[in-house]
Formats: sequence, structure tokens, C-alpha cells
Amino acid sequence: MFDYIFIVPLLPLLGFVINGLWRTRLSKKAVQAVAVAAPGLSFVLSAALFFKLLALDPDQRLVQQTLFSWIPIGSLQLNFAFLLDPLSAVMILVVSGVGFLIHVYSIGYMAHDPGIKRFFIYLNLFMFSMLTLVLADNLILLFIGWEGVGLCSYLLISFWFTKKSATDAGNKAFIVNRIGDFGFLLGGFILFWAAGTLQFTELAAKAPQVFIVGGGAVTAATLLLFFGATGKSAQIPLYIWLPDAMEGPTPVSALIHAATMVTAGVYLLVRLNFLFILAPTTMLVVAIVGCATAFVAATIGLAQNDIKRVLAYSTVSQLGYMMMACGVAAFTAGIFHLMTHAFFKALLFLGSGSVIHAMSNEQDMRRMGGLRQSLPTTYKTFLAGTLAIAGIPLFSGFFSKDEILWQAFSSDHGHVVFWLVGVVTAALTAFYMFRLVYLTFFGEGRYDRHTAEHLHESPKVMTMPLVVLAVLSVVGGWIGIPHVLGGGAWFENFLEPVMASASGAGQEAAGHADVSLEYILMAVAVVLVLASIYAAYNLYVKNPARAGSIRKSLSGLHKAVYNKYWVDEFYGATIVRPVVNGSIFLWKIADVLIIDGIANGLARLVGDMSETFRRMQAGYLRGYLTVFLIGVVLVIGFLVVR
Amino acid sequence: MFVVAAIIALAAAVMVITVKSPVASVLYLIISLLAQSVLYIQLSGLFVAAFLVLIYGGAILVLFLFVIMMLNIRHADLGRDMLAKVKPWGWIFGAALLAEMVWMSMGVSSRMNAVGEDFGSVTAVALLLYGKFVYPFELTSILLLAAIVGAVVMAKRGL
Amino acid sequence: MVPLDYYIILSAFLFVVGVIGVIVSRNLIVMFMGIEIMLNAANLAIMAFSRHLRLMDGHVFVFLVMTVAAAEAAVGLAIIIAVFRGRESVNADALNVMKW
Repeated sequence: MFDYIFIVPLLPLLGFVINGLWRTRLSKKAVQAVAVAAPGLSFVLSAALFFKLLALDPDQRLVQQTLFSWIPIGSLQLNFAFLLDPLSAVMILVVSGVGFLIHVYSIGYMAHDPGIKRFFIYLNLFMFSMLTLVLADNLILLFIGWEGVGLCSYLLISFWFTKKSATDAGNKAFIVNRIGDFGFLLGGFILFWAAGTLQFTELAAKAPQVFIVGGGAVTAATLLLFFGATGKSAQIPLYIWLPDAMEGPTPVSALIHAATMVTAGVYLLVRLNFLFILAPTTMLVVAIVGCATAFVAATIGLAQNDIKRVLAYSTVSQLGYMMMACGVAAFTAGIFHLMTHAFFKALLFLGSGSVIHAMSNEQDMRRMGGLRQSLPTTYKTFLAGTLAIAGIPLFSGFFSKDEILWQAFSSDHGHVVFWLVGVVTAALTAFYMFRLVYLTFFGEGRYDRHTAEHLHESPKVMTMPLVVLAVLSVVGGWIGIPHVLGGGAWFENFLEPVMASASGAGQEAAGHADVSLEYILMAVAVVLVLASIYAAYNLYVKNPARAGSIRKSLSGLHKAVYNKYWVDEFYGATIVRPVVNGSIFLWKIADVLIIDGIANGLARLVGDMSETFRRMQAGYLRGYLTVFLIGVVLVIGFLVVR
Repeated sequence: MFVVAAIIALAAAVMVITVKSPVASVLYLIISLLAQSVLYIQLSGLFVAAFLVLIYGGAILVLFLFVIMMLNIRHADLGRDMLAKVKPWGWIFGAALLAEMVWMSMGVSSRMNAVGEDFGSVTAVALLLYGKFVYPFELTSILLLAAIVGAVVMAKRGL
Repeated sequence: MVPLDYYIILSAFLFVVGVIGVIVSRNLIVMFMGIEIMLNAANLAIMAFSRHLRLMDGHVFVFLVMTVAAAEAAVGLAIIIAVFRGRESVNADALNVMKW
């Protein structure tokens, strides 16, 4: 069974190749069938592999499958090899499962789009890249998947390439990602230079001997790798591409920018947790960045009017939570939240897609309202997702977010400030999410008649995935119910072998120490969340006018938040402008003027010289004789002088 | 004696190339050749001197005259001078050549040696010609044959 | 006795006159005569050296040179006649086909 690990990423790759090569010969239905079957079968295989893994002894749950020796250069021995352990098993289940559901959804969502075949081709390529990323057993193979998802992100964001805003967004995503990739590579180089290997299990074994705790090498490497992760996972400072990435079709936003690609950065940190444990400085940086990102993104989300933008900033914010978890050495909590987030964020995005589809491509929430009656299934599933993200008890998001908050407070690397900011952010999250729900589904409809006539619930192929994801949003968290609440903490136990021992012990110790404190903190969070929901209800359902007056009184603050704190403009002025000017200079002056000038000048010089020399052969006998004479004189002169 | 002959030879040569009429050029060349034959006599080259006047002056230059008159060449018929710009270079380098050659000959020894009576007589030349240089002599006859054939072919109308 | 140098220098002068004559004149006939002048200058030099070295070989050589000059003159004039037929001119500049 474990010989078939490589088939998991292979199936989407085959889908990509088949659809890509025979796109014109296959019918739309055939393309869809191939493209949707691929992740579906991958999921089935992933599930089978998962259960096989479970059957193994907990200490033995690490399977490697080497396909072939890929780069054998001296001391660098990289194989094209896959690693199946609890962490990657969880990841492939999430990626292929949610991916499959989104593929199904896309059949309905993109049904009228002329580029639908191209869409599925790109989606399959993405699945292949992501699965390779999470199954890779060394850093370079992971990087291949990393780059692959970046590429697919670019292709899919600018899917409607005739729109300038879409292509700009695609460029932005790719370029910002590349900046992060630079950090990734540098970090990888330092690792290789220090440890002589990039293979994960070998690195894990060697790390304690090769790196000094808190030493320069490991801190530098981890910081650089984290920088790369901020690019992929949209943290400060490289998060600016994700809101713009909403230009892409909604299934893309759901798959790539909610459930999978953006989680690659978190996965990287968790996969290399043994390195990060050795660099407390980096951990602190990670936690601060994650915390700050979570908070800042949530504040921006408060004031956005585009339904997808709100969800985009929400994604950035939730990723901040995951990063913060990694920063306080709560790696399993981070992965737990990654999983639940995949469920409910994908659900929210797909639900918003359903709304947009029903509203004839309207995305501005100010023109929505009262869609509860017209789109019942969408509403119910969306509500489930919202409750999950807000952290209402019993829903999946509650367990994962609560675990993070508790670890932020109590872990050896944690701090009360992290917890505080985290709780406030949770409240803000609840507020803006319910603002979204109230504006969209409640109240009076603010749309025109034309839209009203076309309003309809989405077809089954779109609502079925919504339902499945809604169920997962509810029950998905039950595998991780912590001990304090009577659960088996099954998820943490499953992932424990992957994590460095320090974090595992820390979790257990903290868990046993202050049970009552944990209850109190949990309660505080829940109360704040409920208060936010009530406040949102007040502002957007009962008393809409108050929202407007509050906005006016806080107009400065509102302007700042609405304009995303002008970060894009700041980057544009300080980084983009100088680079563009620099390259214009290089182009106009260095290239055209100097280099082309030299090249063309040389050519012209040769031409002119040959023009001159041409005249020497005018065909006139006497001219030839004259030259002859000159030559003779010179030769004789030379002899005379000698 | 030498000086007179030398001056005449040189002057006549210069006149050859400067006068407008081709016929006059030929006549000046004949004069130059006569002067040179005098110089040859001074050098005890009796046979060669005679030969010069007979063959060179008598045959070749007459041939020249013949062609000139046949083609009825006048100076005015010549077209534009395409190489007017190049001519100065010719003068300059010609002078340079002269300077070089003079410079080279400055160091040659001055005195001429005395020679016997037989030197340069017909007998002596004939002895050499049919003795040591019989092969070149024969080859020359072939060369003349080739020249004749060539001249006929070249000048023939409608080959 | 006239020193050898004098003859050589005279020969040099005549030679250069011939060279200049070839280059300067437009008339093919005159050009040709310049060539003859050059040949004669060379003959003079040979004769002078022959006298100086008391060898008769120089005389024979001059003899042969003159023969060759005759042959050459014949052929050359034949060419000029042919050219004249083609170009209707003895302008040296009319023969300008051998160019780029």
C-alpha cells in the first residue's frame, strides 16, 4: 500500500496532462470528468494511506518512498522522494478532500464560462503542486511544489486575463511571492551549508548537534524561511497580494487562498518545527508577526464592502493565528486550526460564490440584503461556517482557535499579550463576519429589479459541497477536543511524534497545570464573541442608521481602515516606484542609449569604414596603380630604414 | 658628354608625359631613346646601343605611331579625369620613391673600372648569346611567337 | 670616367618619370609609353653595372629585355585596339568594370 504514495500527486498531474494535451478534442463533460476524478481518487487513496498509517505503531508512523535519485552532486543527495507521516497524512487528506469538493463546485460555478476547460487544467496542476509540496521529503522537492502553487496561483488569479485588474493582481501575487521565495532559498542554503542535508528526517536527526540553540546559523535560516512563509501565507509584510487575488474566480479563492496554498507557509514551519525550536528569537518574531497580522487584518476587514475582500482579510487574519501558534511552539494547534479553517473558509468562500452567482455577479454587500429567503441552503451553510470562524462552542473553529489562545497564554514561548490581542481579534472576527451575514442575508433587499428577477438558489452541484463542508465545519473539530473539556485530544496525540519533544511536553505540562485558568480564559473569549455578535446585530439589523453615524464620528479611523492603512500605496512609493524608475533608467539609458548605441555604433563604424575602403576598388586602373606605388614605396622604405 | 646626354634623356622623358598630342609624345620618346643610346655607347655597350635604336626606336615606337594614327586619337576626345583627386598622391609617392632610390644609391662606389677593347662588341655579345644564354635565346623566340599570335587574336574583329 | 652613382641616379629619375607618367596620364597610349620609359631606365642601370663589374652578361640581359618589351608592346597595343573598339575611347578611366 505504501508503494502507492506517489500516486496521490500523480493523479492530478495526469489530469493536467490529459486535459492539457487533448483539451480541444475532449468535450466539456469529459474534461470535467477527468479533472474532478483526479482529486477525488487522490482523496480515496489518501484516506486508505491514512488508515494504513494508523495501523502502524505510533513510533513507527514514518514511511518514505523514493521514486528516483534526483540530484546526486557530491554531498548533496536529493531524491525525488515522498514522506508519509501523521503531518503529511493530515495535509493530503485536507488538500485532496477540500480540493475535490471545490472541483465539484466549480462544475456549477464555471458552467457558463468559455474558459472552463483551461480552469480545470490549472486546478489540476495546482493540486499536483500542493500535494507534492506536502508529501515532499526534502526541502528542494517541497520548493518545487511551493513554486508550482505560486505559478498556479498566478495563472488562476489572472484567469480572466482580459481584465487589467485581474492581470495586475496575478502579477502582484507572483512577484510578492517571489520576494518571499528569495528568503526561502537563502534559508535553505544556510541549512545545507550548516547541516549538509536538506532531507527532513536527516535534518531532524542532525539539528541538535549541528545548531546551537539560539545561534546565528539557525536563527538566520529560520528567519529567512519564515520570510518565505510570509509571502506564501500572506503575513506582514508580504500579505498585500491576497486581497487583490480576489480578482480570480471564487472557487480559486476558496481552494488556493483559503484552504490550501496559503497554508503552505504554516506547513513549512510545522514541518521544520525542530529547527524553529532551536531559535527562540525567530519564534518570538513569528509569534509577534502572526499576532500583529491577525489583529491588523481583522481591523481592515471591518470596513470592507466587497464580500470577498472581507473573507480575504479574514483569511490573512486566521493565518496570523496559525503563525502565532507556531510562534508559541503550539504546532499541533496550528495544524488543527489549519484544518478547521480549510473547512469553514472554503465553505464561506464557496457560499459567497453562490451568493455572487445568484446576484448576477454583484459583489458589493451594500447592494445585497435579505437573501435568507431566496437562498436558503446557501444561507444555512454560510451561517454554519460563520459560527465556526467566530469560535462558537461546539463548532470546529472554537476548539482550534481556543487551543491556540490557550497556548498563546500558557506555553513556554507564550505571553499574555499574545492572548489578549488574540482574544480581541476573535471578537473583531465575530463582528465583521456577522456584519457580513447580516448585510447579506438579513434586512431589506437593496438590489435592483433586474437582479431580483434572476435571483435563484444555486444548483445541486454547487450546494452539495457546501453542505458537506458545513458538516465538516461542525464536526471537524471534534477530533481535537482537549482533555480539559473531556475530550481525547486525539488530534494532538496523533501529530505528536512529528513535533519536537519540547513542544509536546510543554503542552501536556501546561494543560495539567491550570485547568481552571483555561476554563476562565475560554469563557472570556466566548463572552466577548457573543457580545460582538450582538453588537453587529444591533448595528446592521436593528438599527442600520447607527452604523452610518458611528462611521461618521470615527471617520478618520474609518478612512484609515477602509484604505487598508495605505500599505499598498506605501509599498508603491518606497519600493515599486524606485524599482520601476530604476528599470526605466536602465532601459532607456543603459540599454538603448549605451549598449545599443555601442552595438549599432560599431556596426555603423564597420559600414562607414567599408564605404571608405570600397572606394579604393573603384575599378579605375590608375587608382590601383597608385595604391600599388604606395605599397612599393612603403616596402622599399621599410627595407631602407632597416 | 654624359651630362648633356643625361639631361636630354630626362627632359625628353618628361616631355613624353606632359605634351597633349600623342604623336608628339612618341617623338619625344624617340629623342629620349637616342640620348640613352649615347649613354650606352659611353658605357661600351656598342651592340646594345645599336640594338636600342634599331628595335626599340625603329620597330616599337613606329608601331605606337601606327596605332595612334589608326585610331585617330586626339587629346580632346578623352573624357573626364575621374582620378583627379588621386593624382596628388601619385606625385607625392613618386617623389618619395625617387628619394628612396637616390638615398639607396648614394653609397655605391664611385669609380668605374677600365675595360678591354672587346667589351660590348657584337662578337662578345654573340658569343654569350649563343653560348651561355642559348636557352633563354630560344625561349625568347617562342615568346615572340606567342606575342604574335596574341596580338593577332586580340586585334581581330569578330573572333 | 663618369662615376657609377650618376648612372644609377639618372636611372632612378627616369624610372620615376615613367611611374608618374603611368599614373598621371589619362591616355592609355601615353601610359604605355611610360611603361617603356621604365623599362629603359632599368636597362640603363643594368648596363652601368655590367660595365662596372666587367661582365657581358648584362648586355645579353638588356638584349632579352628589349625583345620582351617588343613582344609586350605588340600585345599591349593589340589590347588597346580591342578596348578602343569596345569603348570608343582610350581613356584609362573608361575601363572601370573591375570593381565591387
